[in-house]
Amino acid sequence: MRSNFVLQEIWIGLRRNLTMTVALIVVVAISLSMLGTGVLFIQQVNQTKSYWQSRVEISVYLCTANSANQNCKGAATPAQVDGIRQTLSSMPQVQYAKYQSQQQAYSLFKQYFANDSSYVNTVSQNEMPSSFEVKLKNPSTDYNVVASAVTGKAGVDSVIDEMTILNKFYKLLGGLQNGVFIVALILIVAAVLLVGNTIRLSAFNRRRETGIMRLVGASNLYIQMPFLLEGIIAGLIGWVIASVLLIGVKSLLLNELQQYFSYNVGLSTMDLVEVIGLAMLVAIVLCGVTSFVTLRRYLRI
Amino acid sequence: MINFDNVSKTYPHQNRAALENVNLSIDKGEFVFLVGPSGSGKSTFLRLILKEERPTGGQIHVAGKDLARIANWKVPHLRRRIGCVFQDFRLLPNKNVYQNVAFALEVIGKNRRFIRRVVPEVIDLVGLEGKHDRMPNELSGGEQQRVAVARAFVNRPMILLADEPTGNIDPATSIGIMKVLDRINRTGTTVVMATHDAAIVDSMRKRVIEVEYGKIIRDQVRGVYGQNSY
Repeated sequence: MRSNFVLQEIWIGLRRNLTMTVALIVVVAISLSMLGTGVLFIQQVNQTKSYWQSRVEISVYLCTANSANQNCKGAATPAQVDGIRQTLSSMPQVQYAKYQSQQQAYSLFKQYFANDSSYVNTVSQNEMPSSFEVKLKNPSTDYNVVASAVTGKAGVDSVIDEMTILNKFYKLLGGLQNGVFIVALILIVAAVLLVGNTIRLSAFNRRRETGIMRLVGASNLYIQMPFLLEGIIAGLIGWVIASVLLIGVKSLLLNELQQYFSYNVGLSTMDLVEVIGLAMLVAIVLCGVTSFVTLRRYLRI
Repeated sequence: MINFDNVSKTYPHQNRAALENVNLSIDKGEFVFLVGPSGSGKSTFLRLILKEERPTGGQIHVAGKDLARIANWKVPHLRRRIGCVFQDFRLLPNKNVYQNVAFALEVIGKNRRFIRRVVPEVIDLVGLEGKHDRMPNELSGGEQQRVAVARAFVNRPMILLADEPTGNIDPATSIGIMKVLDRINRTGTTVVMATHDAAIVDSMRKRVIEVEYGKIIRDQVRGVYGQNSY
């Protein structure tokens, strides 16, 4: 097979219905970047979720010397701390309850905000509350039982379920993700129709050539190849644009999330490469299969 | 070379058969005229040979092969051994004479050196020497048909099918085309030509097969066009 002949045919085909090709590339680019963004969101949620699930689900903060809570009368005494510990560890729902002293809390605090010395300088060790970090056996159901058991007990300042804070974030991401997927799906349908139409137009434009090719005995593959590659190349150009958009989504949007978290939630480059690879696969399969099916219908061989 | 054994063809959604129980045999190197009124089944006959259509009954052998047994993906190889010429030339308007002829070889994957050697030979054979660079719209109808014949013959097919090749050409020019077809026939290529041109058939004195309503009604070795005028 003479490759420059095939390449020439592809170039002619792509140029001849330029407007269709441009429309096709744009739609493929946007649908793929939407799809990719959705997948990135899923990865982001999984990343943060798995981080949290391996960590504390309830923090029971104990009173410090200057707690605003009326329940607190000065810092929690060692007796109160022991009482709380007993209550927590006797509950069957609790997997473990780990005591964190003021000193430990302060050193962690310093570690988290190491980049931001203004935070570290304004807070002293005495202001950091000591706490029990409670890991539940079944976080989704047992939270209320455990929380109400310790809330209001002497020496307890506040009980915070970290999942409720995060759930808001997850809900937001989940909503965005669903929206993005729906738009992506609609656009993919549009892309499929556009690929079909572009190839059909192309086949119609070149019906003279293909008719003669068929007549002189060119093989089916040889006749179809320029059209197939035309669809796939348009898809790949769209994919390249989508990749740039996806890199933008990751570095501009998702990496911005980092500033709201004190630990690393950023997706790795590997995650991004995975998504871009997936997008390429979708582009090739989408355009290739659609072109092929269209050709079977509109190109007599 | 071409064998029809009790071949019938009825197109879908049609009651009348386009061809009905056709038996005939065309030998290698023969020159055969296919005559008959429009719609008599001449074109169907040619399309069956190319396996563009499948018969609804009977068997067709071309070049010793049973067409029904040729797999779809091998049909292009069959067509490489059959050249085709049509009334409307079917040239590519954006390619010149040389490129039009070379196209037939390019698309079946022949190498460039072979193409450069063979194409000028065939262009000379059809009498278009020196006109390699002309575009189809710069050529007369007769010259365009010569290009089409050159393209059909450039791969040295065993069979040349011509469907009213002189239908769009004036009688004087037609004689030139017939001379080219005769020359090709003399190289040993079987030529089957469907035509309405009584003068040509009468002057050539070749085998004439007359078809009417899908049936062969006459098969003469050195025939004339016939009494009926279509």
